[in-house]
Amino acid sequence: MKFEPEEVKISENTPLEYQSQSGRFNILGFWIFLGAEVALFSTLFGTYFVLINRTASAVQPQELIDLGLVLMMTLVLLTCSFTCGLAVHEMRLNQKKRMIGWLAVTITLGAVFLGLEIYEFVHYVSEGATLSASAYWSSFFLLLGTHGLHVAIGIIWFIFIIIQVVMRDLNTISASKVFIGSLYWHFLDVVWIFIFTGVYLLRLVI
Amino acid sequence: MAEKSMSKSHFPWKHIFGYIMSIVLTAVALLIALYSNFAVRTIVILIFSLAFVQAALQLLMFMHMTESSNGKIQAGSMLFAAFIAIVVALGSYWVLEFGIHLNHHE
Repeated sequence: MKFEPEEVKISENTPLEYQSQSGRFNILGFWIFLGAEVALFSTLFGTYFVLINRTASAVQPQELIDLGLVLMMTLVLLTCSFTCGLAVHEMRLNQKKRMIGWLAVTITLGAVFLGLEIYEFVHYVSEGATLSASAYWSSFFLLLGTHGLHVAIGIIWFIFIIIQVVMRDLNTISASKVFIGSLYWHFLDVVWIFIFTGVYLLRLVI
Repeated sequence: MAEKSMSKSHFPWKHIFGYIMSIVLTAVALLIALYSNFAVRTIVILIFSLAFVQAALQLLMFMHMTESSNGKIQAGSMLFAAFIAIVVALGSYWVLEFGIHLNHHE
């Protein structure tokens, strides 16, 4: 690969976030960070799969999992990943107001997801499934809690990005920040796909 | 690649396709888990395969993984991350579950 900036062809059609060298490198760096995030979540998944039957005498997950609630959370997260993609699409058409609109929808849906997850956790704890109830529940809360924490960070991050775009307009710097934020947000959905499959669907099967 | 991604079409077909496919794949995985009569091992392999397909869709349709001048490095980095994830998650399970039932036969 050639890294000399003059080797990269910049035309009017190049999206704003790729037009500066620092923008391109920040995006590449964020992809490598996402690789590290994958490693983090894989250790949590590994722990969860190892402890999947270590429920001790605590309440069994089959008795607690509410499939309707889980499907609602999945739909909300899939939809906000979609609206986040639309925000980047509008940014590339230079529609700043529409982009901010879609980002606001994304943040709202992210907050709805977080609310549902907190409701789920409170319900589980009230039924006796606490962090210290069994090895299974420890790994369950650790995996889902880490994902939920990431969603919370994503919401705060996007709020700051919107403030910056409103104050300083769309340029090569803010556009690459919006794009990196969107990468992070889609990544949270990728992790959720595996939580939905590995935690909830797997419980219906085994 | 970067030039191509800025297509003339103003309608986000790629995103809508990705969104619909995500919902369809989720629904198919759910139906297999709930109603199919396959062996447990087959179902587990099927639903995880669908999850990987859906993750790949997110990376390609929403995250534009292969675009920009660094597209190949980005894709290589994510493929390597997927390899590490499978080794860590599946490997941990295999190592710690292997032979775990043998003690109970005494």
